[in-house]
Amino acid sequence: MSVSATNISDRMAATGTANALELRGVSKMFGALEALGDIDMTVKPGERRAVLGSNGAGKTTLFNCITGDFPPTTGSIRFFGEDVTGFPAQERIRRGLRRTYQISLLFTGLSVIDNIYLACRGVSRGRFSLLRPRRNDALMQSAEDLVRVVHLDDVRDTMVSNLSYGQQRQLEIAMALSGAPRFILFDEPAAGLSPTERRELVDILTGLPGHVGFIIIEHDMDVALRVSDRVTMMHNGRIFKEGKPAEIEEDPEVQALYLGGGHG
Amino acid sequence: MVAIDSPRTTTTDLRRRIASVPPAYWVLGILLLIIPAFASDFVMFQIMGWTFILGLIALSLMFLGGYGGMVSLAQMAFAGFAGYMVAIFGDSAISGISQGWPWWIVIPLALFLTVIFATAVGWLAVRTEGIYTIMITLAIAAAFFYFTRQNYELFNGFQGFNSVLPPELFGIDWRGPEAFYYLTMFWAVTGFGAVLYVSRAPFGLALQGVRDNPRRMAALGYNVTAHRVAAYAFAAVIAGIGGILLTWQSAQISPGTVGIQSAIDILVIAVIGGLRHPIGAFIGAFIFVLLKTFAVDVLIALGLGGERFQLLIGMGFLIIVFFSPDGLLGLWEKLKASRRRDPLTGGQR
Repeated sequence: MSVSATNISDRMAATGTANALELRGVSKMFGALEALGDIDMTVKPGERRAVLGSNGAGKTTLFNCITGDFPPTTGSIRFFGEDVTGFPAQERIRRGLRRTYQISLLFTGLSVIDNIYLACRGVSRGRFSLLRPRRNDALMQSAEDLVRVVHLDDVRDTMVSNLSYGQQRQLEIAMALSGAPRFILFDEPAAGLSPTERRELVDILTGLPGHVGFIIIEHDMDVALRVSDRVTMMHNGRIFKEGKPAEIEEDPEVQALYLGGGHG
Repeated sequence: MVAIDSPRTTTTDLRRRIASVPPAYWVLGILLLIIPAFASDFVMFQIMGWTFILGLIALSLMFLGGYGGMVSLAQMAFAGFAGYMVAIFGDSAISGISQGWPWWIVIPLALFLTVIFATAVGWLAVRTEGIYTIMITLAIAAAFFYFTRQNYELFNGFQGFNSVLPPELFGIDWRGPEAFYYLTMFWAVTGFGAVLYVSRAPFGLALQGVRDNPRRMAALGYNVTAHRVAAYAFAAVIAGIGGILLTWQSAQISPGTVGIQSAIDILVIAVIGGLRHPIGAFIGAFIFVLLKTFAVDVLIALGLGGERFQLLIGMGFLIIVFFSPDGLLGLWEKLKASRRRDPLTGGQR
């Protein structure tokens, strides 16, 4: 079910020694409400981590702190050894961090290919270019490739507002994969997908290049445990357990709390 | 091998590009070229010339509003500013102020200064959204109007500048009806083409991205504020060209040209035509010019007071906005969609 240990160390070796992500004492207050409390978390390069927990456990807030959408109240965040705690979102993106959103945040007035092209262009030069991209433009090519990766070839030129929900989720993923990411945060990518689309999603996630690590928030245990090397359990804004998927699955406390006892 | 292949590829590329131009554009293009063969001087200079000019200024608003989601009422102020710069640095009857510099310095300088002005305004305005953008740009337009009216050293106050004429290039009087028609048409077509082209270039696409979802654009690595400000600068070039042509057409520029009424007229034109596509600006301008020119005659023929022509424009505006928020273009799209639909089943035919 999980990827073997040698595989992980191979991936780590390919990307250097610094941790992909290192959170130390991160907390986030919304007024008097503590959404995140004292989070310590280390994710190695190329590692695939699942973050599980009930609604309101602070999973999405954790993502927002990592990407810079909200700054954390206390604590520090290092991305591949570099302290990015005070960086604005776009600076973190340029260092290879990507995310998808729980609710699709897409450009509804543009076509599928334009959405992906914008995502590819965002981390490269020429964002202000007044010249149209040529047919053989490298970015255009990588955008075309991503359209195929997420199986949206048929709706390449369709306006995003006319796509089905599942297709919009696929597009979210394509946009997160654009522009040579080093680390991706997936926020419930399987929510609302059909069984077929879920299978395709698992294929996409397991088929990512070895050096690309990710954290996935997912309520579908089947998806989460199949694509991850390690699992972090969160509850009320705190981490209460971390381990391999098999360990987590068999943990009696976790079973009682989240898996409803009989989950296979 | 490559040297033999490349010219052939270019020819086929060109041929494919020509074939991709919709037939409606060909018809319109030929019609525009041959209008001077049968139209009167009045139609060429007043109706068509004015349509192209107002269309250009409305096009700059369409670019900001349609692609950038920013409705600016300051576009007429930018156009007027360019007109004023041409009068101040070039030739006019007010020889005490006008510098009389040659046109090839004056026109680029005027456009350059207009871009600087618009960038400064944009830098202020992009910090706001929706109704507040309209308010702040309206305030700037009003401030510019009062400034030109009260400043005598540079803007010659209430009187403004008269006898601001286009240069006599190639021995042609560019204010002659036919020459002026082609001059304004050339810039209208160029502006239209430029906006259409840029809308598919990274800058234009990014602007539409900013319109749809600024937060996501930032999360993709874009500087949203810089893109919005740059859009003001780009739109100012178009508005500036329109403003210079407008000044040449009436041979004068005065505070009346940049008044609040004119600023709102530009918004009305853009909305009547539709903000979705650059052609909307010119459709709106054509209808506006027709109404402005002939509404008085129609009203008098009906036995009503001619001074009520604004009422007619207002009513037209109301009807269009009421039935189609996307202007006439939106109405056209709706009509096309309903014609395709089967009246009995409601399905596609």
